[in-house]
Amino acid sequence: MRKLIAVITLALMPLAGIAASGGHELHQANIDLNNQAAIQRGAKMFVNYCMGCHSAKYVRYKLFTEVGLSEDDIKNNLIFTGGKVGDLMTIAMPEDDAAKWFGAPAPDLTLTARIRHGGADWIYSYLKGFYVDPSRPMGVNNTVFPNVGMPHVLWELQGVQKPVYKYEAHHDGHAVASFDSEAEADAYVKEHGEGYRLERMVEGLEMERPGSLTPAEYDQVARDLATYLTYISEPIKLERQRMGVWVVLFLIVFTVIAYLMKKEWWKDVH
Amino acid sequence: MSFMNWIDERFPATKVWNEHLAQYYAPKNFNFWYYFGSLAMLVLVLQIVTGVWLAMLYKPSAADAFASVEYIMRDVDYGWLLRYLHSTGASAFFLVIYLHMFRGLIYGSYRKPRELLWIIGVIIYLAMMATAFMGYLLPWGQMSYWGAQVIVNLFAAVPFGIGEPLSIWIRGDYVISDATLNRFFALHFLLPFVLAALVFIHIVALHKVGSNNPDGIEIKKNKDENGIPKDGIPFHPYYSVKDIVGVGVFLIFFTAVIFFWPDFGGLFLEPPNFEPANPLKTPDHIAPVWYFTPFYAMLRAVPPMFNSQFPGVLVMFAAILVFFFLPWLDRSPVKSIRYKGMLFKVPVAIFVISFVVLAWLGMQPSTPVKTLLAQIFTALYFAFFLLMPFYSKMDKTKPVPERVTK
Repeated sequence: MRKLIAVITLALMPLAGIAASGGHELHQANIDLNNQAAIQRGAKMFVNYCMGCHSAKYVRYKLFTEVGLSEDDIKNNLIFTGGKVGDLMTIAMPEDDAAKWFGAPAPDLTLTARIRHGGADWIYSYLKGFYVDPSRPMGVNNTVFPNVGMPHVLWELQGVQKPVYKYEAHHDGHAVASFDSEAEADAYVKEHGEGYRLERMVEGLEMERPGSLTPAEYDQVARDLATYLTYISEPIKLERQRMGVWVVLFLIVFTVIAYLMKKEWWKDVH
Repeated sequence: MSFMNWIDERFPATKVWNEHLAQYYAPKNFNFWYYFGSLAMLVLVLQIVTGVWLAMLYKPSAADAFASVEYIMRDVDYGWLLRYLHSTGASAFFLVIYLHMFRGLIYGSYRKPRELLWIIGVIIYLAMMATAFMGYLLPWGQMSYWGAQVIVNLFAAVPFGIGEPLSIWIRGDYVISDATLNRFFALHFLLPFVLAALVFIHIVALHKVGSNNPDGIEIKKNKDENGIPKDGIPFHPYYSVKDIVGVGVFLIFFTAVIFFWPDFGGLFLEPPNFEPANPLKTPDHIAPVWYFTPFYAMLRAVPPMFNSQFPGVLVMFAAILVFFFLPWLDRSPVKSIRYKGMLFKVPVAIFVISFVVLAWLGMQPSTPVKTLLAQIFTALYFAFFLLMPFYSKMDKTKPVPERVTK
C-alpha cells in the first residue's frame, strides 16, 4: 500500500511542479512539528548553510534541548564559535556589509514562518524555487520570491534548475493569451497593438545539472528546514495546544457547575 | 458581627455592599445581551493585570522593544501566555464592547434618564480606542510602525497651519521614532487606570438611574409596599451567579483562541508585525487591526478635497462622535426594539450590515469598486443616525406592557 502511495505521489510530482509555476501557488511542505529528528536535521542544515548570513537572534541554542539534543550535542554539532549553549543565535556579519554585498542585509530568520503567507509551505517552495537567470547579480532567480538578492546556497545539493518559460499577452493587467514561443506571443501582441504587453512567465523548472542529492533527498532537506524554521518561529506551539485542551476542559466543567448553581439560586424567581 | 460594626463605623462597607450589590434591584428579565457589561469589566481587569506584568519585562525603546517582546515569548516562563492573553484581550475587549453598545442600541438604553450613562460609555469607548492605538505601537513591528505613521499623519491634515506642528507634537519627532514609542508606552500604561475610573463613574451613573431591560420598562414605576420594584431582583446573588455562567462561557471561547489560534488567522496578530519596524521599508498593504477598520474604511472612502485629506479625517471622527447625540436623535415613544416597528428594525439591520461591511473593506487594499462600496456604506452608516429623528417618529410602535415579560 505504502509503495502504491509513493508511486502515485511520484507520478503526480511533475503536476505539483506545474502548479507552483505561477509563483503564487505553493508546494505542500507537510511538516510535522512532532518530528524532532526533522527539527534537529533542520537545525544542523541551518547552522551549516544559512548562518553565514542569516541570524536567528531571538533563539538560544539551548532551545534544542527541547527537541531531544543534549547540551553536549548542541556544543559539538551546532555551535562553531566556541560560544555557550545559552547564547543567542547571532551572526558576525555586520548588517552594513551585508547590505553592500547583497543589496539588503540578510533578514533574521527567527520569525520567517510567521511573517510569510503560507508559513512552512512558503519556505519549502522557496528553497525549491531557485532557477538560473543570468540577468540577476547572483545568477539565480526564485519562483516564490522574484528578484531575490540571495544566491542559491544549496545548489550543490539540489543541482541547477533552469526555467521553462511561457509567454503571455497582457491587457489591462490581465493575461489574455498564453504561448509557448516568444515569437508567436510577440506576433499576437503586435497584431493587437495599443495596450497589449508581452510578459515572460516561468511555467515550471527543469533540472539542468543534478546536484549531490536526488530530488527526493533534496525535498527532505527543504522540508527539514521548513520544519525547523516553523519550530523556532514559535517553540511553545505544541505545548500550548496540549495545555489548551486541559484549560478548555476545566472551563467546560466549571461552566456546567456554575450553570447548575445559577439554576438553583434562580428557582424562586418567577 | 462586631468586626463589621467596627468597620462600618469608620467606612460604609456594608452600606456600599447593600446599595450596589445585595440591595441593588435589577430587572429580572435580563437576557443574553446583558452579559457583556460585566464581561467588559472582566477583560479590563485582565488587560491591566497582564499589562502590568508585561511592562515588568518589556523595554520601551526602538532598539530593544521588538527583541524584548520575543524575549517575553521565548525566555520568560509563561511569558507567551501573558502576551497572548494581552493581545487577544485587546480584540476581546472591543468585541465585548461592540456587543454591549449594540445592546444599548436595540433596547434604547441611551434614552431618558440614561443619557449621561450613555455619554460616559462613549467616552470610555474613545479612551479604549486611544489605549489600543498606543498599545499597538509597542511591539515595534512593521504594522505597529506604519499603522502609527498613517494614523498620526491624519492629524497633520488639520488645516490652518495647525496640522504639521500638531503631528510633530504628538510624535515628539518628525517621524515615528524612539521618542514616540516612549511616550506611547507611558500613556498606554496610564490610560487603563483612567478607563477604570471612567468605568466606576459609568456604574455610579447606572446605579443612580437603574438598569434598563429588554422591554425598555422602568421597573421603578412599579414598587411594592416596601419600596422594592416588583420586577426587580437583588443583583447579588441573582446576577452575580448568572454572570459567573457568562464568564465561564466567555472564557471557554477566549482561552480556545489563546491556546489554539492566538493570531486568529492574522486578525488579532498581523503577520507583518512579526517583522521588526523598518522606517525605510513601507509594507505593501497597511491596515489597522480589525476593530478600527470600519473607521479606516470611511477615512479612505472620502476623496481628498481642496488638496487635503482633512474631510476624510472629519468623517472618520464624526462617525464616532455621532454616538454622543444618539439619546436626542431617537424620537420613538418606546425604548425597546421589541415594541418598535419595521421603520426602526430595518435601519438597525442596515446599520449593522454597514458596520460589518466597512470593517471588511477597511482590511482590503482599495480598488475603485471597493471605494465605491465604502462610500455607499459610509452614507448608510450616517443615514442611520441623521435620519433617525424622522423615521423613529414615523415608525408604528406597539403598546408597551405595564410589567416586564419573560
